[in-house]
Amino acid sequence: MATLIKDRRIASDNWQLIKPGPDGVLPEVPAMGSIIVPLALWQRERAQLLARKGQLGIWLDSQEDPATLADDLNHFALLAVNFPKFGDGRGYSTARLLRERYGWKGELRAIGEVVRDHLYFMAACGFDTFLLREDQDPQEALTGFGDFSESYQTSVAQPQPLFRRRLAGTK
Amino acid sequence: MYIYDEIDQRLVDERVAQFRDQTRRFLAGKLSEDEFRALRLRNGLYIQRYAPMLRVAVPYGLLSSNQLRMFAHIARKYDRGYGHFSTRQNIQYNWPKLEEVPDILADLATVQMHAIQTSGNCVRNITADHFASVARDEIVDSFVWCEVLRQWSTFHPEFSYLPRKFKIAVNGAEHDRAAVQVHDVGLHARRDDNGNVGFRVLVGGGLGRTPMIGHVIREFLPWPHLLTYLDAILRVYNRYGRRDNIFKARIKILVKERGADKFRDEVEAEWAHLKDGPATLIPEEIERIGKRFTRPTYLSLPATDAEYEQKLAKEQAFANWVKRNVHPHKVAGYAAVTLSLKKTGVPPGDATAAQMDAVADLADRYSFGELRVSHEQNLIFADVQQSDLHDLWQAAKALGFATPNIGLLTNIISCPGGDFCSLANAKSIPIAEAIQHRFDDLDYLHDIGELDLNISGCMNACGHHHVGHIGILGVDKGGEEWYQIEVGGNQGNVRPGLPAALGKVIGPSFARAEVPDVIERLIECYLKHRDSEVERFVDVVHRIGVEPFKESVYGNADQRSAHRQRQLATH
Repeated sequence: MATLIKDRRIASDNWQLIKPGPDGVLPEVPAMGSIIVPLALWQRERAQLLARKGQLGIWLDSQEDPATLADDLNHFALLAVNFPKFGDGRGYSTARLLRERYGWKGELRAIGEVVRDHLYFMAACGFDTFLLREDQDPQEALTGFGDFSESYQTSVAQPQPLFRRRLAGTK
Repeated sequence: MYIYDEIDQRLVDERVAQFRDQTRRFLAGKLSEDEFRALRLRNGLYIQRYAPMLRVAVPYGLLSSNQLRMFAHIARKYDRGYGHFSTRQNIQYNWPKLEEVPDILADLATVQMHAIQTSGNCVRNITADHFASVARDEIVDSFVWCEVLRQWSTFHPEFSYLPRKFKIAVNGAEHDRAAVQVHDVGLHARRDDNGNVGFRVLVGGGLGRTPMIGHVIREFLPWPHLLTYLDAILRVYNRYGRRDNIFKARIKILVKERGADKFRDEVEAEWAHLKDGPATLIPEEIERIGKRFTRPTYLSLPATDAEYEQKLAKEQAFANWVKRNVHPHKVAGYAAVTLSLKKTGVPPGDATAAQMDAVADLADRYSFGELRVSHEQNLIFADVQQSDLHDLWQAAKALGFATPNIGLLTNIISCPGGDFCSLANAKSIPIAEAIQHRFDDLDYLHDIGELDLNISGCMNACGHHHVGHIGILGVDKGGEEWYQIEVGGNQGNVRPGLPAALGKVIGPSFARAEVPDVIERLIECYLKHRDSEVERFVDVVHRIGVEPFKESVYGNADQRSAHRQRQLATH
């Protein structure tokens, strides 16, 4: 079972992720409950999804442009970004754009290849919940957030770069 | 030297702990081969043909004598007593043990060194012109800007999993000694009419299997915008660079597919959002970083030293060395010196632990305890008093580092090749050695004049063969090692005149034993056609074209056809 991390703790997950199975077929959307659906489904069945009971979330795959959601953000209770491969870093840019450019303040969830060694960067780029890949040891994964105690750059987690914080005397 | 502050040090220490844990998990079977691969590569660790290979960063090629002693220590303790200086201004060890690498990194961290991002699909070690801060044609001290970029690129949260590796070069002088035209991003410092510093920004150059010259996408980027502009370039690349095909994943392919103008428009559109944001650089930061560099305390000396002039006039061997290996300095009475790691019979760029220790002592005595690694795989003492040159020459000679061949044919750039590297199609070191033997006559070598000869063991082009005046590429033909030869490449405006250029293949490839003969025929062809000693090999190629060189090697069209027939008959 994939574990969810929220607020740096193992948390229970009330969301159902609607993702194509190994056969490429998208499961039925349940009538009730909180669901995270692919962008294409949102674009196709917008009215039905909005009329449905239960919370709505959208997940973006790594090649999908977050700009397509920019005008609809108020409809969603959650956004997720998929990491299809260990080495595919597009989701980092997607997350920053959602947070910094399009002003998404709600839950931003990392899904897919979410592993211990990515968590520090994912958190820096604005993800706040993490659906760990099934093989991940949740306790060990939690230590990943502490890989580094400082970073030089600007990020969602730390909008002021180190050089500005040094100068302001906050570092 | 840039001296770490507490945070710089802490981050490097934390990286060691992180990698130690990753290694532990891998050895315990908790981390897959594939995932560990991506993680170890960004710590410079390859699994090579015979053993792992560890690439240690020498940020922008600058190191202290104590750091060099640490390299010697690592060579002795964890390796087979030597290291290999690479064309990326780094050092590579070819025989470390996987489980000992965390200890090596911990040892390195004690002298403010690391292997961070020396490989992997991330921003690599930033390279610089190797005469930074001493060159007479200096515009800015590129080391300061390289350090700004080192910090920006280290563990960049957004750009740590790029489509492919990303190499940035900074040149701070009029002449380009950093090959900015053949990097993913090249930054060439400039001043505007009011004396403000900025950078010409080039994108999409590179060597490898699809060599390309970079495009200028901004003629003058004022320095405060350096990081936001790079963030914009990297974001466009991270989002749109190809990830479906490793051979098409470099930024040069994206720039080519979109066209340089469209690519620039996308970068500018992205930058419009980032410009003047918090990552905008401030004078206080540039000053802070500049002040963390140790600086030589130069003496006030006459422009020429009488005793030095006398020795120069009397000793031809010393004069030869000075002519090739000693370079002008912006401070009167000082010179920069190249210690050649290209002695015949020694793999280019190799140095033993004992040599490293000895060089460290010489650096302490003659060059303020600092030295540089050049992308031509030599070591440089940047701040030597003219009056010390003769002593230094004798000491370097005793170490085998005084071959007077800088800029000449035997100063061969070579990758480690098939002797070590699992990617290689063919060996490169024995080729380098055979050519050095063929051109061992110093008078002949000096008569040939300036010539860059570069060798790569495969089309990944670590030996930069595309930009050698003569480039040699190892190719695989039916399991056998063959060598393709190019002429006319040029690494950039090292000297006034030719811009960077890529070499052209002269024809079918050769067996290893044939290569020195082929080089000799190319040289004879050049000597026949040059109009004076000032006209270099590469100038002649560009003036008269490749055809005469082709003919000198393969004969005329009829003879070429006969040659092909013979080759077909034997293979």
